[in-house]
Amino acid sequence: MKTETKKIVAKTGNEAAAYAMKQINPDVVAAYPITPSTEIIQIFSKYVADGEVDTEFIPVESEHSAISVCIGASASGARVMTATSSQGLALMHEILYIASSLRLPIVMIVGNRALSGPINIHCDHSDTMGSRDSGWIQIYCENANEVYHTIINAVKISEKVNLPCMVTMDGFIVTHGMENVLLLEDEEVREFLGKREPLYSILDVKNPITVGPLALYDYYMEHKRSQLEAILKSKKIIDEVFEEYNRKFELNIPSFIEEYFLDDAEIAVIAMSSAAGTLKEAVDLLREKGERVGILKLKITRPFPYEILRKKLENVKVAGVMDRAETFSTMGGPVSIEVKAALYPAIKKPVIQSFMFGLGGREFSLDDAFKVFDILKKIKKENKIEEEFIYIGLRE
Amino acid sequence: MKKILSLKELSERNTGLTSGHRACSGCAFPSIIKMVVASSDYPVVISNATGCLEVVSTIYPYSAWNVPWIHVAFENAAAVISGVESAYKVLRRKGLIPEDEKINFIVFGGDGGTYDIGLQALSGAIERGHNFLYVLYDNQAYMNTGVQRSSATPFGANTTTSPPGKKMSGKMQHRKDIIEIIASHEIPYVAQASPSHFGDLIRKVRRAFEIEGPKFIAVLSPCVPGWGYNESETVELALLAVETCFWPLYEIDHGVYKVNYKPKEKLPVKEWLLKQERFSHLKNREDLIEEIQKRVDEEWERLLRLDGQKIF
Ligand SMILES: Cc1ncc(C[n+]2csc(CCOP(=O)(O)OP(=O)(O)O)c2C)c(N)n1
Repeated sequence: MKTETKKIVAKTGNEAAAYAMKQINPDVVAAYPITPSTEIIQIFSKYVADGEVDTEFIPVESEHSAISVCIGASASGARVMTATSSQGLALMHEILYIASSLRLPIVMIVGNRALSGPINIHCDHSDTMGSRDSGWIQIYCENANEVYHTIINAVKISEKVNLPCMVTMDGFIVTHGMENVLLLEDEEVREFLGKREPLYSILDVKNPITVGPLALYDYYMEHKRSQLEAILKSKKIIDEVFEEYNRKFELNIPSFIEEYFLDDAEIAVIAMSSAAGTLKEAVDLLREKGERVGILKLKITRPFPYEILRKKLENVKVAGVMDRAETFSTMGGPVSIEVKAALYPAIKKPVIQSFMFGLGGREFSLDDAFKVFDILKKIKKENKIEEEFIYIGLRE
Repeated sequence: MKKILSLKELSERNTGLTSGHRACSGCAFPSIIKMVVASSDYPVVISNATGCLEVVSTIYPYSAWNVPWIHVAFENAAAVISGVESAYKVLRRKGLIPEDEKINFIVFGGDGGTYDIGLQALSGAIERGHNFLYVLYDNQAYMNTGVQRSSATPFGANTTTSPPGKKMSGKMQHRKDIIEIIASHEIPYVAQASPSHFGDLIRKVRRAFEIEGPKFIAVLSPCVPGWGYNESETVELALLAVETCFWPLYEIDHGVYKVNYKPKEKLPVKEWLLKQERFSHLKNREDLIEEIQKRVDEEWERLLRLDGQKIF
């Protein structure tokens, strides 16, 4: 199918997400409103009210119940989705681990937002970074178009590996920003996804099973190891699903990472989500001046693509890692710490500088992006790092 | 109204919980569970809150359940069943489950998972009108974690977080009225039952299964280590709770109150209290026993007043 014949429309990230949900037509959606992802569920409930989907929509009394409903429904063999942000995701925290350990496909769309306190409704990644070790696949999208296509892929990935999956976008920046989105037809989406084939169903009353038992020291560890097995296996499946999708619809939706002038770059910035867009703009302008700079956009953090990072950063001299969440480790944010850990065993690796930016929705401007490159250039020239981490755009 | 089953008839049916569970000897809930499950004319799917029942019946790699059973966490059993029941509805609508495959959805929760941490999820599930039966086995404390007070723990009871001391004599608050809380959701059916009156319990469960929508039954579940009595006296303690009117048997069917059992001679609550270790420190506290008695009398009179009345 040729891309030119496809429909390009203007949609916000939330609208794109809700539209993808409509085309997916999940069996069960349970959710509780929270800014900035509320709209997804508002738009979706209108689809339900108008009979455009035949989903069982459960407007629950809390996010804790939303994810619990999703577990009950997914364990019953249904195709299940939800959406949340920030405090909502934090309230689900206890149950996230259970969803993944029960090997249940659930796709959750997250509009990234800072965690209280102080209370703040704007973008940072402290919410999803707080749940990164819960056994969920985590995919961070740059813009509304990527959100739309990634959600469709996430459903397939999640059901193929029997693991839950978060698809995230930056609160307000992407959830509320209007962008071009290239849409597939309903039938294309539904044909691509097919029917869910569950590992098990508790509605199978003829073959009763016990789901969620108590497992003590004599079995818990084996359970975790087998869960890891699923995550290890997911790496291949994630690539395969995106490849199949891109081939089928002649698209170029990245899976684990996206490279931007990385081939011959001496200085690179590793960034996620919408910040990657701003940094790409800076790279365009710096490249015009002949500077060998590039971007490695990190799209999936669970499973962490350390093999790809080692390979792609082999010839980079200095790399900056952009973090949008504090860890209070006094070593910088979660992504930079993981990137450093990923590269440590490599023989050839860049010097790494950690950056903190954009917390609680603090703007990340083109000027800020240049500042990042300036700092990296200085490190390259002087061959030394002065500060463990640098806050960009801080009011001083 | 469907035929009430005899115990003999029930014993020939699938009771859901098989032998091999590790409940304490004398624990009341295995019989309660078996009576509930066997009372269903259709296959059941169970959601269970964290607590003694879950812990004693599913130590991996064993399971004492021969019906589909899911446990997720302490406070969300009602939300989990909402998801299961919704999936059932939509999958049937989409033709993925046969139209004629009827299933009864049941939640089992302890008092902690019902009165306290799980109350929100339960209230939400009832308000949304999911079709399930919630069975509370009320042993009046957090037994699984070592007998801590819950909001179902009676006034004066000694628990590990309401121990009697120089200033206090056990738990110094009265129980939450869970039936009234649930009833005020205008739920189609809510009832209180006891394993001592098993005919009444079975009838209530079967009545509940006849009704579409949320249903709630609170069943008293005496606990040997938590209450402190001889393990052969479980049913006797449940019986005494009913005969003293500490635990009246009643139901609210579509808004209509009905007291199901009126003791010929209402026994003093002291007889029930002093049979249990957890109240033994009240032996010389007539004042506190009187306070408990007063409360029991007022509640009993309130129920008798409401008997036969439509409250919503
Ligand atoms: C969020 C959370 N808090 C605390 C616990 C610890 N916990 C497990 S079971 C339990 C008490 C269960 O009491 P109850 O619901 O009355 O059931 P019982 O064990 O008495 O049958 C507690 C406190 C938990 N599992 N989850």
